[in-house]
Amino acid sequence: MSEPAPEQARTADGDSVVFLDQVVKRFGSVVAVDRLTLEIRRGEFFSMLGPSGCGKTTTLRLIGGFEMPSEGMVRLDGQDVTDLPAYKRNVNTVFQSYGLFPHLSVYDNVAFGLRRKRVPAKEVERRVVEALELVSLAGYGKRRRSQLSGGQQQRVALARALVNRPQVLLLDEPLGALDLKLRKQMQLELKRIQKEVGITFVFVTHDQEEAMTISDRIAVMNNGKIEQLGRPEDVYERPATVFVAEFLGASNLLEGTYRGTDSGWGQVELANGVRIRIPIERDRKDGESLRVGVRPEKIQVFPVGTEPPATQNVVPATLRSAVFAGVSFQYFFQTAEGREMTAFDRNSTGGAVAKPGDAVRLAWAPQHTFVIPVGEAESSAQPKPHD
Amino acid sequence: MLLFFLLPIATLAITSLESGDFISGFDFTWNFGNYSRGFNLYSEQYLHAVEYGGSATIVALLVAYPAAYWIAFHAGPRKSSYLLAVLLPFFVSFVIRTLAWETILSDNGVLFGPLKSLNLLPNDFRVLATPVAVTGGLAYTFFPFMLLPVYASLEKIDRGLVEAAQDLFASKFEVFRRVIFPLSVPGVFAGVLLTGIPAVADYVNQDLLGGVGTTMVGRVIETQFEVNINYPLAAALAFVFMLGLLATLIIYQRIFGTEQIMGG
Ligand SMILES: Nc1ncnc2c1ncn2[C@@H]1O[C@H](COP(=O)(O)OP(=O)(O)OP(=O)(O)O)[C@@H](O)[C@H]1O
Ligand SMILES: [Mg+2]
Repeated sequence: MSEPAPEQARTADGDSVVFLDQVVKRFGSVVAVDRLTLEIRRGEFFSMLGPSGCGKTTTLRLIGGFEMPSEGMVRLDGQDVTDLPAYKRNVNTVFQSYGLFPHLSVYDNVAFGLRRKRVPAKEVERRVVEALELVSLAGYGKRRRSQLSGGQQQRVALARALVNRPQVLLLDEPLGALDLKLRKQMQLELKRIQKEVGITFVFVTHDQEEAMTISDRIAVMNNGKIEQLGRPEDVYERPATVFVAEFLGASNLLEGTYRGTDSGWGQVELANGVRIRIPIERDRKDGESLRVGVRPEKIQVFPVGTEPPATQNVVPATLRSAVFAGVSFQYFFQTAEGREMTAFDRNSTGGAVAKPGDAVRLAWAPQHTFVIPVGEAESSAQPKPHD
Repeated sequence: MLLFFLLPIATLAITSLESGDFISGFDFTWNFGNYSRGFNLYSEQYLHAVEYGGSATIVALLVAYPAAYWIAFHAGPRKSSYLLAVLLPFFVSFVIRTLAWETILSDNGVLFGPLKSLNLLPNDFRVLATPVAVTGGLAYTFFPFMLLPVYASLEKIDRGLVEAAQDLFASKFEVFRRVIFPLSVPGVFAGVLLTGIPAVADYVNQDLLGGVGTTMVGRVIETQFEVNINYPLAAALAFVFMLGLLATLIIYQRIFGTEQIMGG
């Protein structure tokens, strides 16, 4: 009462379905979620990606009402639900272990939520049949859990949640227990279903490829915090921290010093005097320490006798080893200053471009260079050793 | 397996159709009179067995279920300590335990003596030698046989199912009614069998806690066998008792059978 309604001011635009405001969750001395502020938009496929123990499940459980925050506020559709228990929230969950009731048929499992909401029997029937069709399980209503494969159980769990038309559907690594082929198939199916029903999906995974394939936006989490949030391309191509750069696939990071702009590019000087051109995204101070990075698949390898285009960033290096992986080679290099670099090269010539020990030049287009400030978010930038 | 089961039953059936007495020996004579005699003389004791044994089973269930539920779902990490604490008294021989109850419940004993002298209870108030004492004693004696299977079935319920039910808008009560209780039915089923069968057949409890009017058929069989040495009558009584139990079991299985509830 004394404060001028701060939550009103904080509420984001009307399109946010989930809004976590400075949420902290402690378990004893463990801080599972560390002052997290997060806004999820209506109708999007949102993923939370991060290593084991980073707080993904806890965040999801805070949204679902299975955990109460130690501090902060949870809003659903603009309404404060911080103190509302799970069964009163219009949110449904697909649990990692599916949680199908073994004593009920598939039909009764799917009808469970509707019946608790006292939906008339006629409508229950119509909606259950519709939901089973949606997940391609029409005609499976009479079966029990024990008569379903893992993939089918997963679909039933999905139907059981979707049939209630929740404001938000929470999915905690729903594909984790499936084999790779089924997993890929279900990723596409999930995406299709999400488009079809238009419900906001909040999807938890620690598989970066899965998150990229499936999501509209990704939050990369580490140590209970969001390291970066954005579209998959942005997060991948322009990682904001060392952690994100390394968690989302291999990356090459080089340290240098900012030397102002020249001909439309920012200039970074590496320790050995090599100049790297970077996109000008924001004002930087001359002499500022920076890390520049590039994804391995952006690098082209130029053996002795070939000349990289002058418009490219070029780093001299020595080939240490080459690994043949069918569609591509993965090369490991060492630069003059002793840094490891790696590159993927499409196997278009039917052989490696150089032998181990050869001097080569690594080149890539300046726009593919990403920049990570040194010092900023340094403490959380280390990937956890146990992952 | 079959041999161990069928041989005693066959012997029992044959004995029940013999006639004669202890002195001159028993002969097999298709003497169905044992049955009619047993039934006419002791139908009341049969009824007592069903009445006291049945009520004792219900009482044991009503006490054991909430206790098991609480231990399984709310006792936190100290579950096994609570379970042990509940079961500890049952490590003592049940005769001694029942004797202890006899002392406690006696008309002017430690419990009712002071209450009566304070005029809080009428002077002729008694529990001992009443059906209440016998039923209570039976319920107490076989309590662990109810508690353990019920606890085991509750304990093994996946906690994820409880959360799934909450997620699907079930309140605490509905979670219990729609998920926890149905999944605990096999445990209740087992507990009722394990408590009910020995409770109806028991003859020690009513000896110590009951009176002349509360005799159960188990006692009669025992007396006919050990004291009167009327083997055929005892066998006939036991045979009827067994058939009755079997019939009850079959009906019970039909109605509450685990297959039906779990659906495989
Ligand atoms: N009920 C709990 N009691 C104590 N600590 C907990 C509890 N739940 C989670 N934690 C701790 O909180 C941290 C975050 O856990 P959480 O389950 O959210 O991680 P996660 O990102 O989902 O990991 P994973 O990928 O392994 O599922 C971990 O350190 C975990 O040990
Ligand atoms: Mg998790």
